[in-house]
Amino acid sequence: MANTLDQILVLLKHWIVNFLPVALQPFVSILLSVIAIVAVFPALFALTTVLERKGLGRMQNRIGPNRTGPYGILQPIADGIKSLTKEDIVPLSADAAVHFLAPLVLVVAVFLGFAVLPMGRNMQLVDMDAGLLFFFAIGASTELSVFMAGWSSRNKYSLLGAMRGVAQMISYEVPLLMSSVAIVMITGSLSLVKIVEAQNQYSYGLPHWYIFTPWGFAGFIMFAIAATAETNRSPFDLPEGESELVAGYFTEYSGFKFALFFLGEYLGMFSISGLGATLFLGGWSAPLAVLQFVPSWIWFFSKVMLSICVLIWIRGTLPRLRQDQLMNFAWKFVLPMTLLNLFDAALWRFLGEGWLRWVVCSAILILAYGVGGQFGMRRKHFGRRSYRYAE
Amino acid sequence: MLGEGILKGLGETARNFAGSFVSKERLTTVEYPEERVTLPEASRNFPFLVYDGGDWEAGMRCVACQICEKECPPKCIYIEKSKDKKPDFVGKMQIYPARFDIDISVCMSCQICVEVCPFEAIKMDNEFELATDDRFGGLLLDRKELAKPNEYYHKIHPTEAAKVDARLAEEKAKAEAKAKAAAEAPKPAAPAAKTASSAASTSTPTPAATAPATTPAAEPGTNPMPKAAPKTTPEEGDAS
Repeated sequence: MANTLDQILVLLKHWIVNFLPVALQPFVSILLSVIAIVAVFPALFALTTVLERKGLGRMQNRIGPNRTGPYGILQPIADGIKSLTKEDIVPLSADAAVHFLAPLVLVVAVFLGFAVLPMGRNMQLVDMDAGLLFFFAIGASTELSVFMAGWSSRNKYSLLGAMRGVAQMISYEVPLLMSSVAIVMITGSLSLVKIVEAQNQYSYGLPHWYIFTPWGFAGFIMFAIAATAETNRSPFDLPEGESELVAGYFTEYSGFKFALFFLGEYLGMFSISGLGATLFLGGWSAPLAVLQFVPSWIWFFSKVMLSICVLIWIRGTLPRLRQDQLMNFAWKFVLPMTLLNLFDAALWRFLGEGWLRWVVCSAILILAYGVGGQFGMRRKHFGRRSYRYAE
Repeated sequence: MLGEGILKGLGETARNFAGSFVSKERLTTVEYPEERVTLPEASRNFPFLVYDGGDWEAGMRCVACQICEKECPPKCIYIEKSKDKKPDFVGKMQIYPARFDIDISVCMSCQICVEVCPFEAIKMDNEFELATDDRFGGLLLDRKELAKPNEYYHKIHPTEAAKVDARLAEEKAKAEAKAKAAAEAPKPAAPAAKTASSAASTSTPTPAATAPATTPAAEPGTNPMPKAAPKTTPEEGDAS
């Protein structure tokens, strides 16, 4: 029974596909999976916008939207209708074709990233051998869309936002990749399905998730920081700082194109949260051995939503960084730490089973964090800000 | 330690998040259309016209002296004087405004009209729900829309209204005492005083030709409104 529920979506797909001629079956099977992805994640996006607005409101001791429907639950529908009925303005001097394509490129690229994510047992669009590589290659093309939007708008704020965006995304792509490489080193595979299966083991009822190892924990923290920066979320939302750049690279976008950018950004959050969950939090595997009867896809989506909630929490807490703080933090702290983490992961592998590797690997990371942090704080690279006023 | 401040901040927002569900005092916002904050007494936005008694047309204090119209910096007041007269609060015959329009889309809420009014007829309102879908006609208020009872004035600005009422009552008492004294005084003096006093107050906006005749008559203190006399006379001098 539990197994049927776990595989219910897969079985449903097979049942539908079996009505069709054999020649068509592979295509329809893929098509149905694509439809599921394209339907589920925008719905999740709608849910997240209202969750974010309510959550941020509560963090600021407000109530948040509560006018549309019970508890403001219909707010995303109102927002959708509003953005659909708004006028779509294209600046006269804008490069019309590129201006039109930029939001599409973003959404398509982000959707492609979902293709390799295992959202449950046997629930992935394609089980690619180089799934992780595919994900990062596709993820990098969102930078193209950011730059297309900024450049084609012919607006200085858009261009500034795009420049910031590209610089930030390229800088944080490096630690993002580096922290994931540690997983690949331990698992020995680039396939996301294999990575999840490697974590789906239990000893004493506890899972073998990579976050429960010293290098995995450090890697997860750095992955989370880099992922926040990759998706342009607060506190790394400089490319679209409303207060300084009037929304950055999408200043000149209105109506549904703006909504597409918004959608692309949230879908990016989902896909990177999904990847983070897959790499470090055991993907669709249950957090306790006794909870394995709960369908795997429920675990995957709850892990994604939990990550989204943490992102909202962080957004409600931290102010925006300065550009130099952002760059210093990426290149002078996160990158060295990820490199050290790679070394740590290798050490973990070769020290073999036992308590020794726990002590050694933890000690290295804690020491590096303490010393690096103190050093960085003292050198004002990312520490307290000092002001010098004009006389 | 690096990251300590971030954890502290996350703790603070988590406390806010949980606390806002538990304690109502944390929520600083007011859900406006259902709940309302009582406006402070000194709040103001646009002027209105005060009237006494139940009938807005009969009780209107405004005597169409047009001082406010002249003083208004953005020129948002338009007044037309009436041809006939009606009794004011002491029973004296006065001109009244046949038209009194304020364009609140032009008004800048400076309160100068209130400060110059010698008759306590125009006061500042604090009504703010004035949104309309007609941006020309809907924001041009005529005298009927502007007229509000004295009780309303008492409700929105109690302290100020009490002072105004006390002053008006004093003036009324003074005028009544004078009328009584005039009635008891020898016959030949009474009609002269009566005509002089009525001329002084009603003829303020009339052409300057009559001004020299009325001002000396007002000087002995026959005018029921001592506050009005010194203010209106220089006004006439300017006009001439």
